[in-house]
Amino acid sequence: MNWSSSAEFFAMGGYGQYVWGSFGVAIVVLCAEWLLLRQRRLAALSQVKRQSILREEESR
Amino acid sequence: MINWFKYSSPKMFYPLAGKLIPWFAAAAAILAIIGMYVGFFMAPTDAQQGEGYRIIFLHVPVSWMSMFIYLVMAFWAAVGLAFNNRLAAMMASALAPTGAMFTFLSLWTGALWGKPMWGTWWVWDARLTSELILLFLYIGFMALQSAVDEPRRADKAGAVLALVGVVNIPIIYFSVQWWNTLHQGASVSLTQAPSMAMIMLVGMLLMALASWMYTVAIALMRVRCIILEREQHAGWLDELKEVKQ
Repeated sequence: MNWSSSAEFFAMGGYGQYVWGSFGVAIVVLCAEWLLLRQRRLAALSQVKRQSILREEESR
Repeated sequence: MINWFKYSSPKMFYPLAGKLIPWFAAAAAILAIIGMYVGFFMAPTDAQQGEGYRIIFLHVPVSWMSMFIYLVMAFWAAVGLAFNNRLAAMMASALAPTGAMFTFLSLWTGALWGKPMWGTWWVWDARLTSELILLFLYIGFMALQSAVDEPRRADKAGAVLALVGVVNIPIIYFSVQWWNTLHQGASVSLTQAPSMAMIMLVGMLLMALASWMYTVAIALMRVRCIILEREQHAGWLDELKEVKQ
């Protein structure tokens, strides 16, 4: 184990801002990509549903 | 024997991709957690760089991915162009934003590592500049595709750009050997023993595997969106349970 306390862990031997700045931004960007894709999927699905209803009405 | 060609149509691929996504996403999460545990709690402090070197567990995997995704993207673009295959072209489009994101992260983590170790966020040397060009190639690919209204023509234009841009990948990879630079040489190479402690290497490889799994999951999610957007007039979509409800 490298750390004797959580304060020491977050300080990262004086490099805390650089290490956490890297990992923090990475996590934010990955989550943002995932959330944006979910939105894109919902938008695409509602569009497909609309087209599907149109097809159904045409065939009737 | 599975007939793989069956899955080269959007209609057959869409449900298969849907089944695969949770597995790749779960693998990515598990590997990332183990990788970060190894990186922060098992790997020892570096003799020269103290704790600051731990950025390596992020920087190296995202940098590998930024280059590797470009090669995969160019491969699918080439398949799409050569065989006039829609799904392959969609796959190339699906990979570009994630490649751009990893390239940004490579530059970002590199800057945050460069500042304490080199004393500067950025230098215009070969490694950093060629990586920045990679970001512009991804952005150019996406911009070109969205500028062309007709999807099949957009695929072809994008594919040509992607293939021309492949020349940049060996330039990035070998830049630290070909030119003088602040950037250190490769930590891991195919021909030599790695120049780092075993446990650090294990942590880095775990994070690299996690990035792979993440990329597969997110690219499959995006290609499903692209299929829905482009095929919205196709009758087969009516049979999907997410459309029926």
